[in-house]
Amino acid sequence: MTTTHSPSPVQQERIAYRRRQTIRSVLIAAASTAVVGLILMVAVTGSPGWDRVRASFLDWRVARQALPSVLGGLWLNVRLLVFCAAGALVLGLLIALLRTLRGPVFFPMRALSAGYTYTFRGLPLIIVLYVMALGVPGLRLAGTPSVLVLGAIAIVLTYSGYLAEVFRAGIESVHPSQVAAARSLGLTYRQTMRHVVLPQAVRRVAPPLLNDIVALQKDVGLISLAGPIDAIRAAQIEVGETFNFTPYIVAGALFVLLAAPLIAVTDWVTLRAARRRA
Amino acid sequence: MTGSAGASAGGRTVLSCRGVRKSFRANLVLDDLDLDVGEHEVVALIGASGSGKSTLLRCVNLLEEIDDGTIHLDGEHITDPRVDADRVRQRIGIVFQAYNLFPHMSVLANITLAPRRVHRRPRAEAEAHARELLARVGLADKADAYPDQLSGGQQQRVAIVRALVNSPRLMLLDEVTSALDPELVGEVLALIRDLKDEGMTMLIATHEMAFARDVADRVCFLDGGRVLEQGPPAQVLGEPTQPRTRQFLRRIIEAGRL
Repeated sequence: MTTTHSPSPVQQERIAYRRRQTIRSVLIAAASTAVVGLILMVAVTGSPGWDRVRASFLDWRVARQALPSVLGGLWLNVRLLVFCAAGALVLGLLIALLRTLRGPVFFPMRALSAGYTYTFRGLPLIIVLYVMALGVPGLRLAGTPSVLVLGAIAIVLTYSGYLAEVFRAGIESVHPSQVAAARSLGLTYRQTMRHVVLPQAVRRVAPPLLNDIVALQKDVGLISLAGPIDAIRAAQIEVGETFNFTPYIVAGALFVLLAAPLIAVTDWVTLRAARRRA
Repeated sequence: MTGSAGASAGGRTVLSCRGVRKSFRANLVLDDLDLDVGEHEVVALIGASGSGKSTLLRCVNLLEEIDDGTIHLDGEHITDPRVDADRVRQRIGIVFQAYNLFPHMSVLANITLAPRRVHRRPRAEAEAHARELLARVGLADKADAYPDQLSGGQQQRVAIVRALVNSPRLMLLDEVTSALDPELVGEVLALIRDLKDEGMTMLIATHEMAFARDVADRVCFLDGGRVLEQGPPAQVLGEPTQPRTRQFLRRIIEAGRL
């Protein structure tokens, strides 16, 4: 049945034109990239202080020397990231759910969760970190966890405030008719949330959630301010020993490498979500 | 108003609304409405947009709280605030104009959600029953499809099966063909006709006058928040006594819908 279609002269002319246009665009993009790159290189390396900056920030020997201890510190960041991300996701979802509860009995829960998101989204992470890691041990309570754990809790507290609002936006984006359909089948409020609303809500807000996790990924580095030796703290120690700032660049590069897979996953999820809507 | 014809059709009364009142802010939608539906009876609600057809169905299903009056289901007072609304809804099936299928679940998961989560049926049993019902409505091959892969008519048939799977005492159909392309209306109406033949008690809000005439035992014309006129389809649609009913039907005929 299938007959091979041979394009008409008009279509052949169109194809040829589009091909020429594509080649032209690629050439222009390449030329423009080369020019911009050259200008940047000349501007930076030609600057009067370039030699000194290069010596104190891009010393290959110092970098190699600092790498093991910075990498060792990064392992702590990775573990913190996993713990804080899991903690903030769970706490954030819980707070978002509390805020959607209806009925006078739950007023304190709603007020509490609203107050929570207002406070922790407004409060700078550094201050939460200082209060938790330096203030709480000062109470001298028996069983006070280590500074590391307290710092991690500070990060979880702050980020769950953001994540709660993302979850809430997702929950509210699910159309009321979905709730009506579920309730009319005899599902309870909890069953409706669990089986109908949350699965749709989480799918919809997966891209912004992951984006917040990427932000969390680098903010776990702030724990160095409280004392634990993570990648940044390790770099700082190396800087103190060598009077050379290269270890910071090493730590920075490692953070970017660490974020890359997470960012790739975020992009992929976003793309998939966009495609599903199309 | 014509007297209650509810008891005459089936003997037992399944649904009984007395003095039902419902307003949304200043807008009084249902005003002292009385309506009965007998067992195995099919009642069609007709009336202009905003006459309260959908609101009445949502009130019966306890999706909306009524402001006054009572609704009884099988003699049980279901608008008593002490009644467990979830348990009442298990005995009533509702099908919506916009299908309201769960988009993140396959057809089979949509249908088996209530049997599995509400009635705690084992998965295999619930799925076997769902497949059986799907086969009956000609959708056996769509069990694993997702709602957005189906046509409107197919989605609405799935929604009807989803409501049927609970074996409800009463089915509420809310403009179930209004969102469908004309050529898909027939397959859904045929399914509802089958339900009637099986003896399902139904309360149907509809704009399809031909369908109301064909399938309903009784037609109720809603106007001003009450049942203004009711009776056998031939009488209400053919020789209406109320001027408002005549006016409404004239407009429907002018629009080519009867």
